Amino acid sequence: MAEMRYREALNQALAEELERDPNVFLMGQDISVFGGAFKVTEGLMDRFGEKRIRDTPISENTIVGLGVGSAMTGLRPVIELMTINFSLLALDQIINHAAHVRYMFGGQVSVPLVVRMPQGAGHQLGPTHSHSFEALYLHVPGLLVAVPTTAADAKGLLKTAIRDDNPVIFIEHETLYGQRGEVPDDPDFTVPFGLAAIRREGSDVTLIGISRMAQTAERAAEQLAADHGIEAEVIDPRTLRPLDLDTILESVAKTNRCVIVEEGWPHGGVGANLAALIQEQGFDDLDAPVGRVTGVDAPMPYAKSLEQISFPHEEQVIEATLALFGDRKRASRG
Amino acid sequence: MTDHQLPPSEMSLEWLRSMTLIRRFEERAGEQYTRAKVGGFLHLAIGEEATIVGAVAALRPTDYMIATYRSHGQALARGSEPGRVMAELFGRVDGLCRGRGGSMHMFDLERRFMGGFGIVGGNLPLAAGFGLTSDYLGNDEATLCQFGDGASNQGTFGETLNLAALWSLPVVFMVTNNQFGMGTSLERHSAQTNLQIKGEGFGVPGMQCDGMDVIDTWAVTSEAIRIAREERQPVLVEALNYRFRGHSIADPEDYRTEEEVLEWSKRDPLVTFGDRLVAEGVLNDEQREAIDLEAIEAVDAAVAFADASPEPEPSSLYDDVYVLSDQVRGWYSADHRGASLQKGEELS
Repeated sequence: MAEMRYREALNQALAEELERDPNVFLMGQDISVFGGAFKVTEGLMDRFGEKRIRDTPISENTIVGLGVGSAMTGLRPVIELMTINFSLLALDQIINHAAHVRYMFGGQVSVPLVVRMPQGAGHQLGPTHSHSFEALYLHVPGLLVAVPTTAADAKGLLKTAIRDDNPVIFIEHETLYGQRGEVPDDPDFTVPFGLAAIRREGSDVTLIGISRMAQTAERAAEQLAADHGIEAEVIDPRTLRPLDLDTILESVAKTNRCVIVEEGWPHGGVGANLAALIQEQGFDDLDAPVGRVTGVDAPMPYAKSLEQISFPHEEQVIEATLALFGDRKRASRG
Repeated sequence: MTDHQLPPSEMSLEWLRSMTLIRRFEERAGEQYTRAKVGGFLHLAIGEEATIVGAVAALRPTDYMIATYRSHGQALARGSEPGRVMAELFGRVDGLCRGRGGSMHMFDLERRFMGGFGIVGGNLPLAAGFGLTSDYLGNDEATLCQFGDGASNQGTFGETLNLAALWSLPVVFMVTNNQFGMGTSLERHSAQTNLQIKGEGFGVPGMQCDGMDVIDTWAVTSEAIRIAREERQPVLVEALNYRFRGHSIADPEDYRTEEEVLEWSKRDPLVTFGDRLVAEGVLNDEQREAIDLEAIEAVDAAVAFADASPEPEPSSLYDDVYVLSDQVRGWYSADHRGASLQKGEELS
């Protein structure tokens, strides 16, 4: 094990896969000389050269289209988009082509493409640079969607994404890049898709945190235990497609209560989808309605005072959790 | 007609056969559409045969060809079996894409026909992606990308031409200027109507060919492909042509006059090329008739093949949404258990 930052873990995953497979290459804006807007690709240009670490013009839709075309013909492109908001420019190529050419051409081709990008609020970047759109991509059959929250998962999931033959939307979080974590040294370390991580075991309630919110849920769980005697089980799904619903349902069967925490908007969100699945599949296990804590239903504001109340913090998670317990647990608050 | 010499007889006859097959296939496809054998939209290439056959003739079998939602002809010219193209129109399992794509989404990997695409302008970045693969792997394969005059107004046109020139990709972009973006005439949709110069600002030189003349299309495309392949310089070719039928079958054609259609039909590429082959003694009227009959028979057989092919089984609905593996075991593992088909559970 080695301690490193989330961005360094991603960098290591890219370097190892570039080393392993000559058909893996990177494309994106300012990823070579500049080292990436968030320095994820720093140093790779010197090591692998400009044929494999390619700076592109600011043409998101066409970059992704180039990725799809090169993936259809044998290469394994890894594309970096500067933020998830910019990926909206590439929705045509991502949905109409990356996700669908295999299906619409009867399985004749595959698209082993990875599109990496950060999302999330917290840096006061306002309404065009800091949204959370995992729900948008979760919606699309044909895509795989990863939302790593730890340095180890960042590395292990990215390596799996690059080796997989399906198009992968790989969603990083802007505020996680500098976080440190333990990462296994083994160059063959990977994290499989479709396997949720249980971050904390508990028997009273299941907290499911999406992307950075897995960490918010973990901190809320510690406070729930300390202040209210509620032992929360915290699940980080790690990938939304495929989704490890089994682990979630097993946990809910044990705890009988569930709160989903996400940074994105409430309508049509990941939580809305998960809540539907849990009540369809685990209705008999539930002692209370499935709770949701989401980002607010507004574009992201610039002002720090407003931005900070636009996405969930521990307090909202605790409040939503206590609401599931009615008076019994509320009483223990004071 | 331009004043090119006729190519060698066997080549000329092959082109005539290929154009005749496309014409007869498209006529029959239109007829099958009116009998409700074909669903959705049907975009016919009647009148555009020379642009297709001349351009494809400039390619090697290892070169990539990519086209638009009007792409039955391109598949046929690349050598796809007419029966499999017709079966795709009928939505049958023996269709080129197993009935998943339909008229607008033909694809034949074996013949490097890399698809018909339904999003106007959406195929240009993919073409550059094929070019990038050729460049990356260091081989001498080239890519030909056909799209319509309407697509030259899409953002992907400028973005892709810029990138192709910037990265010296071996791609020929061919804008088939059939005078209309659906029902909007060229002068009503493009400020620059001389489309061959539309790439110059991006570093992509232009050429023009008579898309109603198979020899001229072949000659100009061949030179463009040579430049792309040997000089690593993308080229924009404008092929001037005309579609004799509406944009799709459901098109009342209020945007053009009968006189205009009549005027262009005098330049019917099949008739003019056939006439010239007869005039220059390459074939006689009987042989010409035989080529036509051969095409009609091939199309008859294609319809019979498509009719006999079964419809896809409901159980195949989720096939090829994903490449299955240990971690993506099927639809279930990527989605939820709500629907009745639980393929992933069967596989796991």
